Amino acid sequence: MECYLDNSATTKCLDCVADLMAGIMREDYGNPSSLHRKGVQAEGYLRYAKDVIAKNLKVEPKEIFFTSGGTESDNLALRGAAYANCRRGRHLITTQIEHPAVLQTMQYLQEQGYEVTYLPVDENGRVSLADLESAMRPDTILVSVMHTNNEIGSLQPIAQIGDFLAHRYPDVLFHVDAVQGYGKFHIYPRRMHIDMLSVSAHKIHGPKGVGFLYVGQRVKIRPILFGGGQQQNLRSGTENVPGIAGMAKAVEEIYRDLDADVVRLYALRRMLAEGVQRIGGVRVNGLPGQESAPHVLSVSFEGVRSEVLLHALEERGIFVSAGSACASNHPDTAGSATLRAIGLPKQLLSSTIRFSLSVFTTEEEIRYTLQALEELVPMLRRYTRRR
Amino acid sequence: MPGFAAAQRERDCRQMMFRAFLIKFAEIGVKGNNRDLFEAALAQQIKYALRRCEGEFAIRRSRGRIYIDALSDYDYDELVDSLRTVCGISGICPMVQTEDEGIEKLCSDAVSYVDSHYPDKHFTFKVNARRARKDYPLDSMEINALVGEKVLDAFPDIRVDVHKPDVLLSIEIREKIYIYSIEIPGPGGMPVGTNGKAMLLLSGGIDSPVAGYMVAKRGVKIDAVYFHAPPYTSERAKQKVVDLARLVARYSGPVYLHVINFTEIQLAIYEKCPHDELTIIMRRYMMRIAEAIAKKTECLGLVTGESIGQVASQTMQSLAVTNEVCGMPVYRPCIGLDKQEIVTIAEKIGTYETSILPFEDCCTIFVAKHPVTRPNLNVIKRHEERLADCIGEMLERALETEEVIVAQV
Repeated sequence: MECYLDNSATTKCLDCVADLMAGIMREDYGNPSSLHRKGVQAEGYLRYAKDVIAKNLKVEPKEIFFTSGGTESDNLALRGAAYANCRRGRHLITTQIEHPAVLQTMQYLQEQGYEVTYLPVDENGRVSLADLESAMRPDTILVSVMHTNNEIGSLQPIAQIGDFLAHRYPDVLFHVDAVQGYGKFHIYPRRMHIDMLSVSAHKIHGPKGVGFLYVGQRVKIRPILFGGGQQQNLRSGTENVPGIAGMAKAVEEIYRDLDADVVRLYALRRMLAEGVQRIGGVRVNGLPGQESAPHVLSVSFEGVRSEVLLHALEERGIFVSAGSACASNHPDTAGSATLRAIGLPKQLLSSTIRFSLSVFTTEEEIRYTLQALEELVPMLRRYTRRR
Repeated sequence: MPGFAAAQRERDCRQMMFRAFLIKFAEIGVKGNNRDLFEAALAQQIKYALRRCEGEFAIRRSRGRIYIDALSDYDYDELVDSLRTVCGISGICPMVQTEDEGIEKLCSDAVSYVDSHYPDKHFTFKVNARRARKDYPLDSMEINALVGEKVLDAFPDIRVDVHKPDVLLSIEIREKIYIYSIEIPGPGGMPVGTNGKAMLLLSGGIDSPVAGYMVAKRGVKIDAVYFHAPPYTSERAKQKVVDLARLVARYSGPVYLHVINFTEIQLAIYEKCPHDELTIIMRRYMMRIAEAIAKKTECLGLVTGESIGQVASQTMQSLAVTNEVCGMPVYRPCIGLDKQEIVTIAEKIGTYETSILPFEDCCTIFVAKHPVTRPNLNVIKRHEERLADCIGEMLERALETEEVIVAQV
């Protein structure tokens, strides 16, 4: 049995998405900027994609900008806003548990002379509004908070933060990295007072190498790529037409029965959480139930090295992640930023496994995984306890 | 930007509080025996607009009023934006709905309504109660007096003004109790479908979508015709017109857009007629074609975006020459408007940004450097005769090869 439980790293591309993309690559391969019909056809896919996504977010199509994925969206949002607003101020606020795409960009901006405040999180991985309030300064220009944490699935109080900023600091921009939350929640930037929203296609069963950034009409940001002036001059470069169309198709598919799918996901997540706790010596990180995302479950197995467990599970066809796939590129920072920020005891940092589900995960797969864990964890503990 | 924040705050609390809306209509009230017909048409259009909104709603018609009840969660902005495109609505009043638990409760609800909606208490007001349910123990005058007194007691800065109040606090006693004071303006006019159908000549410019909107606002259903001249006009120019038709369709309901290939006719005119008369002769053929389609689709008139003197082909003389080919009435709602006035409407209805996209349309290509501004009908007719040998076939072909696109939201 193959059991892919690493959907926060990436997801399987839907068949209908792959078919659509293959058709576009073979037949409608025009450049959307070309004047001829081939170009108009290609441009038609971009219009379709903008319409689908705009409708889904309840915003205007012209507020959607296509990028190469979550990382570029985050870079464009943060650097673009920082450069455009540097005369008003040079202070930025974010959290300690952001994705590296945000954290590393913030570090780069610090080198450029910006100041950054990193908000702490509680043991469940949530920032507090009070901390944000006291971090605000007259020269603050931007607040960036992720919607759903990629390692433990904690949800941030996005609507409250948006509300707070809109009422008290209407000039401060609010960026939300929704790479993990989009496709699991209905996100309406206007209602939540979000100015910029980053999304990646491959986390929602779309293709890799494509994503989008929502930029509200009133927001002025500067481009970080220069060239042919595509996409209202904000993101030059020939648009990735097949990828963009595929992403839109994935959005349509994933949101079709989302509410029912999410109920089912929460049930599976609870089943997995309750199952691992029966093993003993196990700590489930983050809040239970609807207080967390429906698809991420972070579990620390005392006395088990996560990498060893990962490979042992792999032998049985179960694919999970130790911490997060993106954190594994930064071996120098022992353990993940998120896990350290929630105050996980040191010995558990390298004993933590992330299970991440998708709408296609079945009860059968969860049962199979639990059975494997019940056998593997005691066995691995026997061999690693001795020091 | 304190105003921005205040507006945001106001909107947030509305979303949670308002579960019902009173729809005020513009001119329907004065339509004698046809009134029911107009109301039914308006309710139908509201239903159509609500289709685009998240959530469940019920539309009720009662005693010459239309009410919308939210039966589930809904998006306040989305709802109001959709309703603002329904012709015939003059105002949208979001209402706070409370249970009837006696006059004491009613007074305190009214007080807390005033408190939450008007943070600044320096204004004048008047209470306006209506009893739809006559078994309510107090009559409307008594309710006015009691509620007014309680509001005055609660907020010492508020004053009463029964003639020109800043705030008209309305209270409706029905099965439930409704309190409202805000009226969001709608487009006005009459519900679409109560006044027949017209054929709009849609060019891709700023004026024609505005003309379409203005006629739709008077209750007229709209179909449109667009003259496409490939390869001189591009696919994108056509797409732009489809987009404009779609924007007009927000107000008028689905628009059947007839796309006519005009290249052949245009080239024939270019070849055989004096260059400075090209535009005027071209427009005469456009009118002829539009009228032919209009007759076929049971339209009662043509609509154009012309405005006196705006360009050479819109001088009084030119309009007379163009008009001469039509048996049908031609409506020109922008006729007396200045360009800026038309732009203002285009911005309001959201067509301006699309209209100014820079694509060639069939009126701008081949255009003479100095087109005639005072054409003489007899001269034009004589020159048109040069086309006699081929134009009949060409017109037929143009009509046969039309493409119909349904533009809707």
